[in-house]
Amino acid sequence: MFRYLQVLPLTLTLLVFLVIPVGVIVVVSFWDYTEFSLLPDFVWTNYEELFTSKVTYSIYLKTVIYTALTWLLTLLIGFTVAYFLAFHVRTLKWQIVLFLLCTIPFWTSNIIRMIAWIPVLGRHGLVNQGLLSAGIVDEPVEWLLYSDFAVVLAFVHLYTLFMVVPIFNSMMRIDPSVIEAAYDAGAGAWRTLWHVIVPLCKPGIAIGTIFIVTLVMADFVTVQMMSGGQSASVAVAMNNKRALLQYPAAAADAVILLLVVLMMVAALMRIVNVRKEL
Amino acid sequence: MSLASGERRGVGFYCLAAFFVLFVIFLYGPTIAIVVLSFQGPDGGLTFPMNGFSFRWFANLFEQQMVGDFKASFARSFGLALIVMVLTIVVSLMAGLAFRRPFIGSGLVFYLTVASLIVPSILITLGIGLMFDRADLETAWYSSGLGAHLTWTLPFGLLIMFAVFNRFDASYEEAARDLGASPWQVLRHVVLPIIGPSLVGVGLFGFTLSFDEFARTLMAAGVKNTLPLEIFGMTTNVTTPVLYALGTVTTGVSLAIIGICLGVITIIQRRRLRHGSDAGRGMV
Repeated sequence: MFRYLQVLPLTLTLLVFLVIPVGVIVVVSFWDYTEFSLLPDFVWTNYEELFTSKVTYSIYLKTVIYTALTWLLTLLIGFTVAYFLAFHVRTLKWQIVLFLLCTIPFWTSNIIRMIAWIPVLGRHGLVNQGLLSAGIVDEPVEWLLYSDFAVVLAFVHLYTLFMVVPIFNSMMRIDPSVIEAAYDAGAGAWRTLWHVIVPLCKPGIAIGTIFIVTLVMADFVTVQMMSGGQSASVAVAMNNKRALLQYPAAAADAVILLLVVLMMVAALMRIVNVRKEL
Repeated sequence: MSLASGERRGVGFYCLAAFFVLFVIFLYGPTIAIVVLSFQGPDGGLTFPMNGFSFRWFANLFEQQMVGDFKASFARSFGLALIVMVLTIVVSLMAGLAFRRPFIGSGLVFYLTVASLIVPSILITLGIGLMFDRADLETAWYSSGLGAHLTWTLPFGLLIMFAVFNRFDASYEEAARDLGASPWQVLRHVVLPIIGPSLVGVGLFGFTLSFDEFARTLMAAGVKNTLPLEIFGMTTNVTTPVLYALGTVTTGVSLAIIGICLGVITIIQRRRLRHGSDAGRGMV
């Protein structure tokens, strides 16, 4: 009985601020609306409009491309960084110090970290100043900031940590004797990496992927800020409808987005048992 | 690659080390740029070069008419982050203790917690906003905002508690019980001191994730903005380095909190080394 009292605060908080709100969204997604008010009803029009609009598909395509690019880049960078920390840094003390160095930005403001790209990538930013003075370009490069490039760069900047931590965790659990055995059996560094370390890191990669997919698929701040309002992701489109007070339409968007994200996560959960990996 | 210490570093090490250094520059470079630029002279712009040096933009922050309501939104966010921190520590600890033994429904609560992490932030904020609207309640930072933040910090808190208790040696508790300690005494004098540093870590997550939270707060903060909402509003209409000064102050606060937490953890561990056990000192 006592255990139920102990989990009660957690459960109640999640019921009130997660389950009921999502339930409200599902209900409202079937409502009708006018310019000024919500009309309780049971109509499929919000979903029909969503699925019959060509914009929906192009926005989903764009969001999936953002997600795929971010996933690939964070995986490559995150794996390399984790590999260095786990296998090339020899003392625990330095591992902790360098690991914290990677982690600290995660505890600072994402919005500030996005603003911080302005003096670097802007029209008169450091990169353009460098390119101009080196004579590589004659005109400032315009697509560095407020572009799809900037969006993906910001995603990688903000979220690579979510790959580093779980992959590093997986690597630290690898028994060194397994790697020694691979060497003794004649495998070189690359074969050991590919046939021993990568397979053993699969759970970490899966957890990192869950984070990246859920964060990027549903993002609207990064896309809004870094594209300068020129690109739209699924969540940006939804947020625009919300700002226009078209709550039922926004709610229908939200329900579909949630289903898409949950299906992706469910597929990934088949690869990994999250509770065992902690 | 070499695992054994003492072996000579190969080319691989230096390539990876160089990659790591580049990664760290990538992580910190832009932030350092705005910290430097926040000291721009009075006529300086948003980009390099520096046009003199001044504290003008920091002074500007405290003049209410120049930028948004910095002072009040800062106080609000700081207060909220402290509340979220305390609640995250207490609620995660309680739930973490409950999860040490299986109970009916534990799987459900666990997946609910994971769901809280993966359900898109914009759904949470839209849902909470709609829920308060339908219930005819006013959204405010201390009610709907607080709830929205907890949906983000509690999963991190609980996952950390799982990691902690997965590595917890229960024989310490057994020893205490054998010596006649009550359940409360076991918790107070055995479990809490051992997991203390991890609880500080949970607090660090609670504070910083709340202090910087934006997406979940958007529709849940009510009429009075939290600091990240205020900053986001400024990005569209402020074109002076005051934006960078704000970034420097905010990042400074986060770094101070991180420093304090890491410091506390280090002190606890040092004390433990000094006072804790005489194992391994050769005394029989």
